[in-house]
This record gives sequence, C-alpha cells and structure tokens, in this order.
Amino acid sequence: MQVKTMAEFAAEDKQPEILFWVGCAGSFDDRAQKITRAFAEILTAAGIEFAILGDEEACTGDPARRAGNEFLFQMVALQNIETLNMYGVKKMVTACPHCFNTIKNEYPALGGHYDIVHHTQLLQELINDGRIKMTEGGDFKGKRITYHDSCYLGRANGIYEAPRDVLRSLDGQLVEMKRSRQNGLCCGAGGAQMWKEDEPGDKRVNMERTDEALTLNPDIIAVNCPFCMTMMNDGVTGRQAQDKVMVYDLSELVVRSMARS
Amino acid sequence: MVQSIVFAVVALLALGFAYFQFSKVAANIRLGKDEAVTGPAGERWKNMLLVAFGQKKMFKRPIPAILHFMLYAAFVFTQIELIEIFIDGIFGVHRWFLGPLGGMYNFIISTIELLSVLAFVATAIFLIRRNALYIPRFHKPEMKGWPKLDANLILVFELILLACIFTMNGTDVVLQDMDPDHYRPTNFAVSGVFGPMVFGGMEASTLYTLERVGWWGHLLMVFVFLNYLPKSKHLHILLAFPNTYFARLKPRGEMINMPEVMNEVKSMMGLGDPNAPEPDMSAELPEFGADDVNEMSWIDVLGAYSCTECGRCTAVCPANITGKKLSPRKIVMNVRDRAEEVGGKIRSGNMEFAPDKEAPLSGSNFDDGRNLWDYITREEIHACTTCNACVEACPILINPLEMINKMRRHEILTEAAGPADWRPLFNSIENQQRAWSVGTSRTAWTQES
Repeated sequence: MQVKTMAEFAAEDKQPEILFWVGCAGSFDDRAQKITRAFAEILTAAGIEFAILGDEEACTGDPARRAGNEFLFQMVALQNIETLNMYGVKKMVTACPHCFNTIKNEYPALGGHYDIVHHTQLLQELINDGRIKMTEGGDFKGKRITYHDSCYLGRANGIYEAPRDVLRSLDGQLVEMKRSRQNGLCCGAGGAQMWKEDEPGDKRVNMERTDEALTLNPDIIAVNCPFCMTMMNDGVTGRQAQDKVMVYDLSELVVRSMARS
Repeated sequence: MVQSIVFAVVALLALGFAYFQFSKVAANIRLGKDEAVTGPAGERWKNMLLVAFGQKKMFKRPIPAILHFMLYAAFVFTQIELIEIFIDGIFGVHRWFLGPLGGMYNFIISTIELLSVLAFVATAIFLIRRNALYIPRFHKPEMKGWPKLDANLILVFELILLACIFTMNGTDVVLQDMDPDHYRPTNFAVSGVFGPMVFGGMEASTLYTLERVGWWGHLLMVFVFLNYLPKSKHLHILLAFPNTYFARLKPRGEMINMPEVMNEVKSMMGLGDPNAPEPDMSAELPEFGADDVNEMSWIDVLGAYSCTECGRCTAVCPANITGKKLSPRKIVMNVRDRAEEVGGKIRSGNMEFAPDKEAPLSGSNFDDGRNLWDYITREEIHACTTCNACVEACPILINPLEMINKMRRHEILTEAAGPADWRPLFNSIENQQRAWSVGTSRTAWTQES
C-alpha cells in the first residue's frame, strides 16, 4: 500500500487534504494495523489525498498523562506540536479515540490548534456525502451488530451517533447493550490500565463488558478504538466465543461493505 | 411577650451556632489551592438552574428522582411557612400571613400540606429502601457506621418535622371552633379533613398544648437541621448550588494542564520564552499533584463537602463493579474527612502541628505527619480507568476523577513511585516516543497486505 508522508508532501511543496494520525496502537499492534490499513483503503477509495507523519509521529502522551507522568506527556506532546506546526497541519483524522481526545482537548493549551475528527465521524460524512457507497446486501446484511461506546469518544467527547449512523448503513441489525451511550461501560484499558496488571478484584473489566455484549447473541461486536479492540477480543476469546462472534472496528466493516469502482 | 423573648433567644442561639459551624466548613473548603473560575458565567448559571434547581441529572434514575423531587419540593415550599413562624414568633401573633394573603393563604398552606404528604410517603419509602431492601450502593464498605446512621437520622428528622407541621395545622383547625378570635378560620386541604378526625373531641387545653408542641417542634427541628447540616452529608441541599455553579466547564476529556511543568519542559527543549527569567535553582522543589487537601483545588474540596454519598458514581465505576477496591464515592468522602481533620487541627491552635514555630498555624504552616494516603490506598488510585463514568453519574457535578488524577500525579511526579508495570511504558515513550518498545518503523503497516 502506497501512503505518502508529510515529509514527502513537503518535498513536493504540497499540502495533503488531511493528515491521518495513526497512533502507536495503529502502527505497532498487529490487530490494530488491520484497522489502519482498512481506513487508509477507505480514504484512498474516497479519493482523499492524505498523508501520515510516519516515523515523525510520537505518542500523543495520553497514557503517560493519565498515569500521572506530566513531564513525559509534555515532552512528547510538545514534540508533536512542533512537528505538526512545522508542516502547517490544519486538518487531521485518527482511528484512536485517545489520540483524538488528547489532540482535540489537550494540545490547544500547549499551543497546538488543529481541526481533528475521529475516523467514525469522517466515515459518516463520506457515506452521507456519497463519496463512498455501500453495496446492496453486503457481508453484514441482517447480522446482529452491537456497538461498544469507547469512553474517550463517548463520554469524554459526546460522540454517540456518528458511529451508529455508519453501522446503520451496513443494513445489519443494530442491537444496543443495556449500558450504552452516556452509560457505556469501559473496556478496562483506559487510564494506562492497558500497560499494567489489574488491581485485585473478582473479574476483569473486559470480561464484564464482553459478558454483557454476549447476552445479546451478536454476530459482531463493533468498536471504534484499538484498545477496546484488544480488550473485547481477549474477552470473546476468554469466553470461547471467537467462532461465533467477531470484533471489528467500524472501518473494517465499511471497507468490506463499500462498492468499489 | 414571654414567648417572643424565648423565641428570640432560641433563634439567635441556633442561628449564631449555625453561623459558627458554617464558617468552619467555609474555612475548610478554602484549605484547597486557588483555582481560577473560568468560562462564561451564563453557562454556569444554566448548570446551576438545570442541574441543582431542576435536578436534571437525578432523572437518569426515575424512581428515586421522583421521590427525591417530592422531598425537595416540599422543603422549598415549606420555607414560606417557616417565614411565617419567624414573624409569628417575634411579634407574638398567630398565622400573620392569613391577614394580608386572605384566600391565597389557604392555597399556599394547602400546597405545602399536599407536598408534605408526598414528602412523608417519600421519606418512609427512602427509609425502607435504605434498610429493608438491598440496594448495593447503600451497602459498600464506606457506608458502614456514621454514614449509614447519618442517612437514617436525616430521614427520621424529616418524619418528625412533617409530623409537627400536621399537628400544628390539625389542632389549629379544631381550635377554630373553640376560639375563633385567635384561631381564625382556614380551609386547608389536608388538615381540614384529618385535623377533626385525629384531634376532634380533645379538650381545648390539650389542643392548645399540642398546637404549641407542633409549632415549637417544627421550629426546633428546623434549628436542629440547620446545625446538623455542617456535620452531615445532608449539606448537599445547600452546597449543590455553588458546586454546580463552580463546576469546571472544560471539555470532560481534558486533564487540567500543568503550566509549571509545561514551561520547564519547554525551556528544556529550547522552546521557552527567551526573555523569561532564569529559573531559581535554589528554590525548593515544588510539589506536583496532590497528596493532601491543601494541594487539591478548593473546587475539589467544595465538591467533597457537597457529596451526599448517594453512590451513583460507585455503582457505575468499572473497577468497583468488577470487585476492585476503588470506589469514587469513598475518594470524595476521604477528601472531605481529611479536610475536616486538617481544619480541626489548625483551629485547635496546637503548635505541635506547625513546622515553623514562629508563625501561626495555617493551611501553609501545617504538618501533622498525615495525608490523604492515610485514607486512600495506592491500590484504589491505580484501579481507575479514567472512563469518566463517575463524573457522568454525579447528580451535582462533583468530579472524583479530578481527585484521582491529582493523586496519580503526586505519586509519579513528586514521589517517583507508582506501579512498576508502568516503567516500561514510560521508558519506551521517553526513549522511543512510542507506547510500546518495538523496533519496527511506524510505516510497517503499509508493507503488509
């Protein structure tokens, strides 16, 4: 897959339409890389000229900041802002709600002002504007799909409907968990929990959430976050339901359902 | 005349002691660090009107919301009757509002009576819910002892207060036939019917005594309540209003920036203001984050005092649901209890707690060898997923996550401690600017199919 970096655009003295912020999970996690590829494919199919930062991208600092390590957060955040401002970046999109939240809500105080959207918002826009078209009777027609709200897209940023709109375009059957939208239950990864063992307790948070999803007998658990992806996948495997239930990011569902020219 | 004097003395004593107690609470809230109140005031008034006055967030759980609203409405309307009791008490008159208000008076008192019946029912249901039904959020470890007693005492006080109102009004109705000059005719919705049923046929002297018992009982319960509030979770009936007004308006996903850290990192990276004064290397290292109330913001401490321990935050906390020790309500209660402890010790004047013996004891000249870690374990703070469910759940905009984040910052930045699991994360971000220590390029995903 050919993807140009900001440096390559700059060398040609050009600006891309939008910068795709890939994030650490999307870059390094095997499962999340598939999400990244799916989303890049959609952008290409929609004819959007986009760039990535490549190795000039640094962690946004979200896990460091939430663990309490403000020094580390400031170091990587300021470095990112330097890079982004050097390239004159204005519009951004990311498939990670943690990166999205940090860049949208926390970089302004450090001098980084960008117009960033989460990929589910861009997907909704592309579908609504007809820039990508869904095939009739795609892979997911009639499938039971339940949507897991990530905390950082949902409660932290109030985005509940864009991802659901995208899912409705799949012609599947959207079934809601009892704890959804504002009342959505965390997958257990946020606040830098992803990088540490759980504190002592009765159950892992991802198992609690997976159990809730499984009560609906879904074919698909749809997520919007690479960390929720890991957690829900682990949960489904832990309950030995991996043959019946698939965990997909929204971009993976869209890429398999869109009409290709 | 004697009654007027007794009334004035009792009222002055009760109000004076309440003022003394409330000023202690205010001083304890001011133990918190300064934090500027930012954002449009209009937005703040809107929050206060919708969330505190309109109880918008309570209605996420309709049944307790309706019961709670009955109590709240009765409480607000009864204040009219309380004003009359004050006027009657000072001037030695009886039901003074009846003159100027005429027919309106019956309407107002009837409204209060109907609301009071609803409040009575709601209070009884609340007592049953709390004690006979098993509602998990009322039975968490932090609800043992005083918090449980406190919750029940408030409800019992309420029942007594309501019983006094109906005794006062009911006997009045019966006395109207015996002494119409003093007990002028009224037409009350509830006691007009139940008064004669309960009190009819009693001796005039008994009725007169009961009427006074109701009147004084109501008033004394109000005074008891007023002086009980500063020691109780029930303080929320007052502090919910300032707390919703002062609640931060920043986006919920934003952690408050630390400009002092930002500026230091900027100057390290050569991004600082070249005209900025050289940092004073001899200055004492500042503390980052919070391990005590004086490092929390006053907005956090105000929140802690506003908490009525309903436990909606804890009921939705993913860590608590899965059996971890973290309970956001407990964190909030601990911040309040520590503020009480520090405030009390400062006011004791015991110089044992003053690091600088020359200066008077104060929030900045205070060390009792204790801090919030004596109340809150590391395990609790480490269990948080920063999911904001507790923040979303709080009916009066308290932010437990802010307190947790500040304690995490203290642990990492000031104590250089924290979960060992996080060290590889920090190292990898510091050395490779990535959350996992892997050798591949960030463009590796473009290479595979």
